[in-house]
Amino acid sequence: MTTMFTPDHEWINIEDHEAAVVGITLHAQDALGDVVFVELPEVGRTYKRGEVVGVVESVKAAADVFMPVEGEVVEVNEALRADPSLANKDPMGNGWFFKVHVTHMEQFDELMDPPAYDKLLKTL
Amino acid sequence: MSDTNLLRTPLHGLHLELGAKMVPFAGYEMPVNFPGGIIAEHRQCRERAALFDVSHMGQLRLVGDDAAAALETLVPVDVVDLPVGKQRYALFTNASGGILDDLMIARREKDLFVVVNAACKAADIKHLITHISHRCQVIPLPDRALLALQGQHAVHALQRLAPDVEKLTFMTGGTFTLAGAECFVTRSGYTGEDGFEISVPADAAVALARALLAQPEVKPAGLGARDTLRLEAGLCLYGHDINETTTPVEAGLTWAIQKVRRPGGARAGHYPGADKIAGQLAAGAQIKRVGLIGLERIPVREGATLVDAQGHKLGHVTSGTLAPTVNQPIAMAYLAANHAVINHEVYADVRGKRQPMRVTPMPFVPPGYYRG
Repeated sequence: MTTMFTPDHEWINIEDHEAAVVGITLHAQDALGDVVFVELPEVGRTYKRGEVVGVVESVKAAADVFMPVEGEVVEVNEALRADPSLANKDPMGNGWFFKVHVTHMEQFDELMDPPAYDKLLKTL
Repeated sequence: MSDTNLLRTPLHGLHLELGAKMVPFAGYEMPVNFPGGIIAEHRQCRERAALFDVSHMGQLRLVGDDAAAALETLVPVDVVDLPVGKQRYALFTNASGGILDDLMIARREKDLFVVVNAACKAADIKHLITHISHRCQVIPLPDRALLALQGQHAVHALQRLAPDVEKLTFMTGGTFTLAGAECFVTRSGYTGEDGFEISVPADAAVALARALLAQPEVKPAGLGARDTLRLEAGLCLYGHDINETTTPVEAGLTWAIQKVRRPGGARAGHYPGADKIAGQLAAGAQIKRVGLIGLERIPVREGATLVDAQGHKLGHVTSGTLAPTVNQPIAMAYLAANHAVINHEVYADVRGKRQPMRVTPMPFVPPGYYRG
């Protein structure tokens, strides 16, 4: 598996572990509704697993964005900052939030694989 | 979503059929938005027409020759002189001048027709029964649904069902037959646009909603868009922008207190909290509700603390969002009166960072009311 999921409805794709891509899931954007604002983490800063690194806000609500695994943020999606609706239109693609240099691979392995995440969604 | 403890309106099945996202609200399962989303529904209402189900709100009749005078003992509003066919905004106050609920009163030939907030309706009915049922009949109308058709093209859509509705002007009402049912229609609403609120028998509500949705101008909208629309229109949301601790003067609602009910007027006072409110009318209040526009593109929401440049607390935000039509963050807030001055700049604390905001006149968008 190269893409794993968190209970906070984020995904992380680790094809390149030096720049693993993180975003919110289709379910997360659907639950939030029209995304109008994102706050993205600081490039060059290292965050712990579970740390709040940003915010995603829709017309009606604000939600925290968490770090799925410990690592240094190497890039943020400036296109998303300029057009937050990308998080609705293409949450698993162009609506990505940031890229992280993953140093603790075991933390990645502890996340949910797609069948496990599907199972979680069925309980909601 | 299905929660057996939640009440449903007569349009519940239709909402599900239309793909609504349902949420709990004031004890009801209500549509927050339909598949197009809140922003699209907001624009639909501003540009064309949107249909809202507001059947969760409380509708009631006050019947009897003494009903208007009796109701005046609970509101600081002129009800006695309200002509037949006219509608007026009012507030139930408590002994300390706070607001128990806001409501709409329409005078009809044989009664007063009253609409109150969903979350307050049980308490309001009890309040009315306790204080005025010895002077008039208090008759709740649980068998009626309430639809709001709002937007500059609402009149074109509704006219196809009843041509004479175009004769209504803002804050007037009348009885019309719509889709075969006798309805009480007022030209009013909660969006800042021209539009209508339609009280319809519950068993005829789905047929009427379908007839309205069949009009080319009309699409369904949910409570999410209703909230962003009313905020842009500068209209208070009870429980947020006004509550039992805020007075009509603090809330900037003195326009709702007609001269005849103010000190020196023919029927001055004699409502709960009249002394407190009279004092504030004369001397002003310590705090005031204001509109704020965010100078950065960051939403500022309910609960955010407002401070001055030195960090001294000045007040707090009671409603706020990134407004779809204004396309900037907007908010309502209470500020210390000496800071509640147009163009004054304050800072909102958002996640520990100060966001500059400017005190701005409300409404945030020009009203579209049809005054004839």
